[in-house]
Amino acid sequence: MPDAPTAAATLTPPALETRGVNKWFGANHANRDVSLAVPKGTIHGVIGENGAGKSTIMSIVYGYLPADSGEILVDGRPVAVKSPRDALAAGVGMVHQHFMLVDPFTVLENVLLGAEGGVTLAAGMERARAELVRLARDYGLEVDLDRPVGELPVGAQQRVEILKALYRGADILILDEPTGVLTPQETDHLFRILRALREQGKTIVIITHKLREIMELTDNVTVMRRGEVVANVRTAETSKEQLAELMVGRKVLLRVEKAPAQPGPVVLEVSGLTLRDRSGVERVKGVGFSVRAGEIVGIAGVSGNGQSELLEALAGMRPVAGGSVRLRGEELADRPGLFNAKALRGLRVGHVPEDRQKVGLITSFEARENAILGHHDDQAYNGRVLMDRAAVLSRCEAEMEAYDVRPRDARLRAANFSGGNQQKIVLAREIERNPDLLLVGQPTRGVDIGAIEFIHKRLVRLRDEGKAILLVSVELDEIVSLSDRILVMFDGRLMGEVAPNDAALEQIERRLGLMMAGVEAAA
Amino acid sequence: MARGMAGKGFGMPGEVPGWVNYALLPLLNLLAAFILSGLIILVIGENPLDVLALMVTEAVGYPEAIGYTLYYTTSYIFTGLAVAVAFHCGLFNIGGEGQAYMGGLGAGLVGLAMTGWPWPVVAVAGVLVSALFGAAWAWIPGWLQARRGSHIVITTIMFNFIAASIMTYLLVDVLIKPGQQSPETREFDPGTWLPSMDRALGWIGIEVAPSPLNLSFAWALACCALFYLFLWRTRWGYEIRTVGQNERAAVYAGISPARNIVLAMVISGALAGFVGVNEILGVQHRLLLNFTGGVGFVGIAVALMGRNHPVGIILAALLFGMLAQGGGQVSFEYPTVNRELVMVIQGLVILFAGALENLFKPQVEALFRKRGARNEGRA
Repeated sequence: MPDAPTAAATLTPPALETRGVNKWFGANHANRDVSLAVPKGTIHGVIGENGAGKSTIMSIVYGYLPADSGEILVDGRPVAVKSPRDALAAGVGMVHQHFMLVDPFTVLENVLLGAEGGVTLAAGMERARAELVRLARDYGLEVDLDRPVGELPVGAQQRVEILKALYRGADILILDEPTGVLTPQETDHLFRILRALREQGKTIVIITHKLREIMELTDNVTVMRRGEVVANVRTAETSKEQLAELMVGRKVLLRVEKAPAQPGPVVLEVSGLTLRDRSGVERVKGVGFSVRAGEIVGIAGVSGNGQSELLEALAGMRPVAGGSVRLRGEELADRPGLFNAKALRGLRVGHVPEDRQKVGLITSFEARENAILGHHDDQAYNGRVLMDRAAVLSRCEAEMEAYDVRPRDARLRAANFSGGNQQKIVLAREIERNPDLLLVGQPTRGVDIGAIEFIHKRLVRLRDEGKAILLVSVELDEIVSLSDRILVMFDGRLMGEVAPNDAALEQIERRLGLMMAGVEAAA
Repeated sequence: MARGMAGKGFGMPGEVPGWVNYALLPLLNLLAAFILSGLIILVIGENPLDVLALMVTEAVGYPEAIGYTLYYTTSYIFTGLAVAVAFHCGLFNIGGEGQAYMGGLGAGLVGLAMTGWPWPVVAVAGVLVSALFGAAWAWIPGWLQARRGSHIVITTIMFNFIAASIMTYLLVDVLIKPGQQSPETREFDPGTWLPSMDRALGWIGIEVAPSPLNLSFAWALACCALFYLFLWRTRWGYEIRTVGQNERAAVYAGISPARNIVLAMVISGALAGFVGVNEILGVQHRLLLNFTGGVGFVGIAVALMGRNHPVGIILAALLFGMLAQGGGQVSFEYPTVNRELVMVIQGLVILFAGALENLFKPQVEALFRKRGARNEGRA
């Protein structure tokens, strides 16, 4: 039951309001009577699981998608938003999860793009420069206006996006998952900017699935579930646990419960490992570490610092430029006959890739065909010529049962499962073949909270069964709560190691954050 | 909320029934092509319905016509399957024409060399050698794509021209029957000919009208069954489809994209090569210039219209067979509806069924999704 917007008791109309917005994608009711009000001069969080409809409603507000019914009001006046141009004219700006910037252009040129104001650039440039200097001063949005955007760190690129919106006169700023690509320090910086904007009377809407950010930053929060607004609450009057429960619709365990690790012999030992990408650039620069049986080793880092390449190389998906990789003491690096994706499966190495849709699954294939991906050569599924379809089907059905995949239909195409269920199909395939070493990338990206809980428990159980697990994730919470040891990767190097149990959580995250930003590990 | 519990999981787009894609949309496209053709015939001053009636009669109206139609269908099945198998690996093989031409060279050499052998032996040898020649001709572009990244569309088009030049050279300078002007080989020994369908059925007491239809039709149908079994029921087909759908997933699964690209092209070329068995061993009984007459290109439309599935390919090949046979006859009866106009009609069908295959798709699918949503809402 949606509560009445609590802060709307003031006399001024809300800066942004939606009334009874409905949106269908085919048979999918993505937004169901969505009504929310964002009071002027506040930071408003919109939170929900993947597919809850939070991005859909904001895309409607910004004019990317037409609503099937309902209205949008800015400052109490109904507005017809047919395109982002209309939204900007009404004073609504948006900062996307994936930046819309032209890398070789300078910051100034990027801000000017689409708002050049005249046939020649010179006059507009000077006006823009003066305005941007003012904006930067007022809100703490410092960026070098003459540097090409591509040379800037991610946090600064995001500030350029914010500048772009402000320059176009946005009074209401919508940010879609703004912290996904930021280090903790960059996130802090962003939050300072957003608070400064609020003090200047701007209204901020932030879409996120991270409860901690909501609690830290927002004044009010709207919780969405299955396309509906399930609650509008004041942040001060709620808690992480309550929000999580509202999002999922039942009580959830936010922490992973696990006993101390009991590490056995070393399963994977990597030393001096170097990887190059196709253009010859070193992406991993002499990395060394080991993973023992019965422990989870986590690799933290902002995405793009070489951890994805490392995981793929260890799974035999990309060539190694130098160094040594030992599996149960056996050297693999110089033996292409063993160090490839196919042979590694035979050596009991499982791999849950970072991107299940593009790598881990073939979304146009049925679930049962996906259940044997990489194992399609196994004798268990093959006669002399034809495949044993009954064996494939029963395997898939057993795995779906054990991992509670819904709907439990082995003939449904993988694309038609939700993110969490897709991930369960991949996990079941890799874990149920009883690997000695499991390589896991972003196990819960785009997965709903209920499935996260399941996946985390399953990984811990695998550890307790004495298997070695190497976990790569950009979600710091996940790394900290799952790992027995944490390695931090920055610019292709390991910056240091942290054991998550030797200090308070805050302190660990601070130290991890510094290392993720490239600052050498302090004791 | 209740809807979400109905079993299929919340948030799933409404499913469009399979027959919409496999039957309704191709029929709509076909209808659109025929309506447009009708308008053109109307402009010329003939009655489109009369022309259509004649076309259908000449295609399936009497036994001899059916034989001719099925003879065309045979070649279209081979090239349709050839294009489809490459499609399943994510490759657009435009070179069916050249591969069929080369397959014909293989079949022709068998026919010339095996004088005195009984026809079943010649038939088996013809199938093998034409497959070998077609496959070899497709192997080169396949290898170039897999190992060097040369785009298969470009290379297969170029290989069509190379095949044509080679055949012209061979027929004019090497294989030509001495003492004649026209660039053809001598006729094969009649004992080596692939029996026509009327002869073959005559052995088991079934009388049919004589036509160019020969035993390769049975082989084409067998190829359809083998095609299905190979692609959907073997691990090799699984690998080819994986590479075609998602190359990164293939690498993840330890499947070599390069090996499967080459394999798919070789199979594709072999299937196209079987056109040579039908045309050279079955009908012409000698090797001659340009016997393929565009079957490789029609194969693209057949595969597209047949949705790359053997059943669809048989039906689409049948349609194009009817157009080829019926259309040819129409141009005899109506002087105004000449050969070129028949080609326009065929072109329209190819355009609507092939290039514009998604013309009505969004609207029709939206219609079915909406209907599905309404029904679900009522439940």
